[in-house]
Amino acid sequence: MSQHEITFTVNGESQSATVAARLTLVDFLRDALRLTGTHAGCEHGVCGACSVLLDGVPVRSCLTLAVQADGSEIVTVEGLAPEPGTLGILQDSFWETHALQCGFCTSGMLIASHALLAANASPTEDEIREAIGGNLCRCTGYKQIVDAIALAAERLRGSNLPAKEAADDER
Amino acid sequence: MSAEPNSAFRYISRKRRTKEDHRFLAGNGRYVADIALPRMLHVALVASPYPAAHILSIDASAALALPGVKAVVTGDELASGTDALASGLDIPKVRRYPLAVGTARYVGEWVAAVVAESRALAEDAAELVEVEYEPLPSVSDPEAALDPSSPPVHADHGSNLLYRRKFVWGPVDEDFAAAEHRIEFRARWNRNATVPIETFGVVASWDPTAQLLDVWASIQMPKFPDQLAKALRLPGNGVRVHFDVDVGGSYGVKRGIKHSVLAGYLARRLGRPVRLIEDRLENMRGGDAHGPDRIFDMAVAFDSSGIIRSLRIRALDDVGAHAGRAPFQLGKPIGAIVGPYRIASVEYEAISVTTNKTPQEAVRGFGQSPTNFALESAVDRVARHLGIDRIELRRRNLIRHDEFPYTIPSGSTYDSGDYHAVLDKALAAGGYEDLVRRRDAAREAGKIAGVGIACCLEPSGGNSAFEPLFNPKNETTTWMDSCSIKVDLYGGIVAMMGTSSSGQGHETLVSTVVGEVLGRDPETIRVVHSDSLSALPSNSPVGSRMAIMLGGAAAGAAKKLKATITAIGAHRLGVAPEAAEYRDGDVMLASDPGRRLTFDQIVEIAHRKFHELPPGLEPGLQSAHVMEVPTGGTLPTADGRVQMYPCYAFEAHVVYLEIDRITGKVAIGRYAVGHDCGTMINPDIVHGMTYGGIAHGIGAALYERFAYDGEGQLLSGSFMDYLIPSSHEVPDITIADHCTPSPLTSFGQKGSGEAGYLGAPAAIAGAVNDALAPLGLSLTELPMTPGVLGDLIAGAG
Ligand code: FES
Ligand code: FES
Repeated sequence: MSQHEITFTVNGESQSATVAARLTLVDFLRDALRLTGTHAGCEHGVCGACSVLLDGVPVRSCLTLAVQADGSEIVTVEGLAPEPGTLGILQDSFWETHALQCGFCTSGMLIASHALLAANASPTEDEIREAIGGNLCRCTGYKQIVDAIALAAERLRGSNLPAKEAADDER
Repeated sequence: MSAEPNSAFRYISRKRRTKEDHRFLAGNGRYVADIALPRMLHVALVASPYPAAHILSIDASAALALPGVKAVVTGDELASGTDALASGLDIPKVRRYPLAVGTARYVGEWVAAVVAESRALAEDAAELVEVEYEPLPSVSDPEAALDPSSPPVHADHGSNLLYRRKFVWGPVDEDFAAAEHRIEFRARWNRNATVPIETFGVVASWDPTAQLLDVWASIQMPKFPDQLAKALRLPGNGVRVHFDVDVGGSYGVKRGIKHSVLAGYLARRLGRPVRLIEDRLENMRGGDAHGPDRIFDMAVAFDSSGIIRSLRIRALDDVGAHAGRAPFQLGKPIGAIVGPYRIASVEYEAISVTTNKTPQEAVRGFGQSPTNFALESAVDRVARHLGIDRIELRRRNLIRHDEFPYTIPSGSTYDSGDYHAVLDKALAAGGYEDLVRRRDAAREAGKIAGVGIACCLEPSGGNSAFEPLFNPKNETTTWMDSCSIKVDLYGGIVAMMGTSSSGQGHETLVSTVVGEVLGRDPETIRVVHSDSLSALPSNSPVGSRMAIMLGGAAAGAAKKLKATITAIGAHRLGVAPEAAEYRDGDVMLASDPGRRLTFDQIVEIAHRKFHELPPGLEPGLQSAHVMEVPTGGTLPTADGRVQMYPCYAFEAHVVYLEIDRITGKVAIGRYAVGHDCGTMINPDIVHGMTYGGIAHGIGAALYERFAYDGEGQLLSGSFMDYLIPSSHEVPDITIADHCTPSPLTSFGQKGSGEAGYLGAPAAIAGAVNDALAPLGLSLTELPMTPGVLGDLIAGAG
């Protein structure tokens, strides 16, 4: 099995590692870096639980190889809060509306909605549903998640920052 | 949808953030796959490609030759080192082990376990295990399985029939003879399940010096530690199940007893920690977590006025290749066998068969949702037969508010309810009149549109009365739950529960209840999930029971603590406890509130000043309460009458949908539900479970099916083929709350963990049939997938 040297940034910290060619990004993040906030639900690209931001774009880390992350900037759920013990505005809005139950899909939902709000400060309900349409949740029926994202958008607008910066500011 | 907060409470029924959400949002949950122990080994499974086959030989030499592979274990080895897994029915010849022993009985059944230094290695090695099979005849259809000439899945048992009993409650024959009308029909509920996004997983570690097996599992299962110990031939106190594992969704199915026995065995045999996390295919095919697969033959007797007099129900359920507790899913619905209606007599024939399919496990509602679907289909058909409005017909048959407590023919007494009021609220919330106009306008425009209505019950409180009912050798009449509380030296309150949670918010439940009783801010109360060695008995969060049972146990423990605090304070004040008043932890003279002891002072006395304690009181400040299920404690009568569950929540669904004429795809345009589960401890949690239950019901009604081909091969083993509703398929949902308190529980609460799911499939099926009616079509089989509906509509030309 060929081994490869990769260099990357995770949640703002630059690192390098030697990885097997077949190692998926989700296994690398969870097992090697012990960033266990990212979850594997299906490992075939459907559920979205494994979503992370790769250079700002949500990707399925179960369908991404660790070697593909070479030279890129990765953000996981652990990187969304401003500092340990706190929550960003988006996360706090999820708490406010109880947008989760078991929490297993939650990191993927946060990643998907984070990317939405970075691109669109005032999403409609349809746009929110579209943005999380690739993330399955078995607990909530999505209603309180949609409410949370709308609430976060409103709060972020109220925070008086350009949407992109406000969303980035959260981490 | 906002409930009037009940002003009798300070914390209960109020909008409060949950205790659990914070850690999940920070990515800080602790799921079983997050647990990594030093020197941990990993398991991959070799699965049977045949629905039935003798296993002639297993050659593991190539697998074992791979560096890093530690063992390949077969069913024969496992069967000599462990006992068969427990079965609910008295069927000793239907034996089940974690790995197939001699015979494989369904596609995907685990035949061998490969243990290696990494999961990837174990998977590589699993592919090198050579198994020689001799295929056998198989059966995958429940009616065929009932035929005595069908090949028995368990040859020793001799047939595929596991259980058959015809219950007759009341004068069914007479009522049918006297009724003005009778109809018969068949309703089919095909196989689906709850399919959580997290698969099942377990980590086991054996300590040979302590002779103790530590287990972390994504488990939701009554008596799991006991069954695990028994199968592993260990004493009960030789197993420690850690309940502080966050479970990534369950809704009934996370009962990985076979996985856990296997992991426990391997950990002991290899002397290293072992982890078994199912991949998605192992989960869907071999995880033994499919749901009911049921055929209902229904006969209804009724009068021209629409009054339903009697029912005959024959329910044939296909449990798959092994029994476990699955046959009991025919038993639980007996507790609400007439739904919310005044039906005077019932015949219920329950039949359970084995087939060469993946075994069935408990699914949200434990057989109630399929039964509700059959009952509501019956009610709609009666209305159509008589030309009476569906809602009016329901109103005529619903049990009236002034008739509670109401005893149904099968022996259960419904505690309380106001069904007419909740139905009215649901209709108002859904804008029923508008929906009818919208439907008619859509039809005018050539669309296929329908409105559906469903009323149903959620029996709650999770007793296990179906066990003695279906198995007379089993005399279980309690299904207790517990909570203990201690106050530390500096006044910190810790409450302990003896089960794991899978999203139901039990920490929020316990802290809210304890806070309410003690008058202390729930925010300041820590709730811990203990382990099976330190916990008091629990029967886990099944049967919509935790608000009632864990909430009740927490209230019981808190009341005892409050009495102790009051006694200490009164003693120190030199008065009898009756003369003292407890307020938020402080104790004062009722007649002179200025004379008081603060909570901190009382805690100090309890922990340090034995000389100031009332005589006979233990030092420290702690309490415990083990709660029996309200109305529990009795065995069934000879004719099979029993109080199944104590409390009955009610829901009324209203749905509007349109069916695409070409693709057959359903678009839900409006969804509203009226819901009465008594006092809600935390409204956000109740609403969340209800929304989620409806989403799950939409899946069961329209998309989800574990389909098999004629050869017994599973056709839907991934999320590509087994379709879970996304945010596109699940519409915005409106909940109209209503509160009829239960007289049987600590705060009037009832269960809600199965809410939504119990009525959504019935409501959607009703709406689809309303839409199909103008085409002269009807369909009483779920799921109503786009393929099924498209073909049906095309066939009608
Ligand atoms: S685990 Fe990656 S999409 Fe499901
Ligand atoms: S919160 Fe459980 S799967 Fe979404």
